[in-house]
Amino acid sequence: MPPSELAPERVIIVGAGPAGLACAATLLEVSEMHVILVDAGAGPGGQYWRQPPPTDDPQGVDPEALRGLHHDLGTFESLRARLDEGRAAGRATLLTEHHVWTVVPTAGGYVVHAVDRGAGPGRERTVEIGADRLVIATGAHDRALPFPGWDLPGVMTAGGLQALLKAGDVAAGRRVAVGGTGPFLLPVAAGLAARGASVVGVFEANSPVRWLRELGPVAANRGKLAEGAGYAATLVRHRVPVHVRTMIVEAHGVDRVEAVTVARVDGAGRPQRHGLRRLEVDAVGVGWGFSPQLDLPVTLGCALAPDTSGTAVVQVDDWQRTSRPGVSAAGEACGVGGAALAVAEGHLSAYGVVAGDAGSGPPAEVAGLRAVIARLRRFASAMQRAHPVPAGWAETLRPSTVVCRCEEVSAGVVQRAISERGATGARQVKQLTRAGMGWCQGRVCGYAVELLAGGGGAATERLVSTPVPLGVLAHPPSKSAM
Amino acid sequence: MPSFAFDGSPVPFRDGQTVGAALVAHGTVSWRTTRLEGRPRGLFCGIGICFDCLVTVDGVPNQRACLVRARDSSAVTTQEGTGYAAE
Repeated sequence: MPPSELAPERVIIVGAGPAGLACAATLLEVSEMHVILVDAGAGPGGQYWRQPPPTDDPQGVDPEALRGLHHDLGTFESLRARLDEGRAAGRATLLTEHHVWTVVPTAGGYVVHAVDRGAGPGRERTVEIGADRLVIATGAHDRALPFPGWDLPGVMTAGGLQALLKAGDVAAGRRVAVGGTGPFLLPVAAGLAARGASVVGVFEANSPVRWLRELGPVAANRGKLAEGAGYAATLVRHRVPVHVRTMIVEAHGVDRVEAVTVARVDGAGRPQRHGLRRLEVDAVGVGWGFSPQLDLPVTLGCALAPDTSGTAVVQVDDWQRTSRPGVSAAGEACGVGGAALAVAEGHLSAYGVVAGDAGSGPPAEVAGLRAVIARLRRFASAMQRAHPVPAGWAETLRPSTVVCRCEEVSAGVVQRAISERGATGARQVKQLTRAGMGWCQGRVCGYAVELLAGGGGAATERLVSTPVPLGVLAHPPSKSAM
Repeated sequence: MPSFAFDGSPVPFRDGQTVGAALVAHGTVSWRTTRLEGRPRGLFCGIGICFDCLVTVDGVPNQRACLVRARDSSAVTTQEGTGYAAE
């Protein structure tokens, strides 16, 4: 639908997590635009404020019983209320269970292509939604690293454990080990312990001493310290041991995980071969930080830049606008930094959208948001420096360890492609071995393959960002009638 | 309590749970075998990224168990390989 004097301008926000919700709330407040919020989930909230879907069944999953898993739920509820007011006034549309698979530029705007999976398996339909402006708030996903046994059922990402808890009220096991690096491991372990699981340990690869080099960013973000202290208190209450400079180096089992081996990590980030400990478990969650979801900005040709850890993120100006006209980005896509940062960027992005190419907004409000963003970005950079992937992580790999879970490509095959066939970078390894060529398109193994191949972390182009049934594409799409 | 059939056996679930959450709560951790080595797989990322938890739901293969909402009386079956092998 072309913009006209009669129809309000339309904005599509892809992603209804903290950044997308904040953008929507501010747009509804300060503009006349029609806001269309699209998300793959069953409701707004994203991964951070993930909620069970609505149910009429009194025995269904009750979000009220799961409040304790969340941080700053008041902000979510206030943003959601503002969205709901906009929907009631006919100014906002929320499309849930819509999986965006690509965005195509048109004359003066963009068309978002999505698959609506709301009706269940076999009943998918494609949807095209046109808009004048686009905001990318697609968030991030767990960063995984392969290790022997990581493909056993029961071994998951830390975020996967958290998603099961937040959306389904399910603890993945009775005896759980949580490992990797970063502050996110603490709420995951605390949530499991509060739900009654026995968490045999949190195995943090880095040393808290690293934070001593980051006193400035920490002192400026006391709220983050208080949040961390809250999780630590929960872990103490449930007698969950937190072991620093340790990592899970192997998962054991035949058809499911039955135990893990944990090793000490030395000051150079190398797992030690002596002093190994074996722990019986029935579930494992491992997370090495997060990777931003960049499928749409890469497809659109938005300029990227490396963050503190060298990961490619969307480059934005001081209005959250990308290099592409009419396209803004907010939240983890611009660099992983947590929900509070995503909310601030979401609000600021709305002013950038409203002002079009000029950029304007209430000066005090805009200056306040920029100050918050700068402070939280400094904290995010400090966190990345304090929680790097250990330099020796790959020493745990054996030739038979699966690296690409989809195409079942082993570490030996990947390493031979690099050492014997001279592959450099994930793309060449993929061409030689099929690692990264399967269902997940390298979202799981791509980071590890890039590290193994010594590449620079280039973002992978995925023209189709979620699988679309061909039979569904054969039918004409529904045009959105909002 | 509503339930679905997993390879013929009833799996109770709480409304709102996904097929994957219901199976894990029921003590089942794998419902797919890989195409090449026939290895068991279940939930890994839990948020629709990794496609490890593929399962056949009401005859439709390659459904992500972590995303598909459990429905009363539906039939969930282990997916062998691509899910399109002759029955």
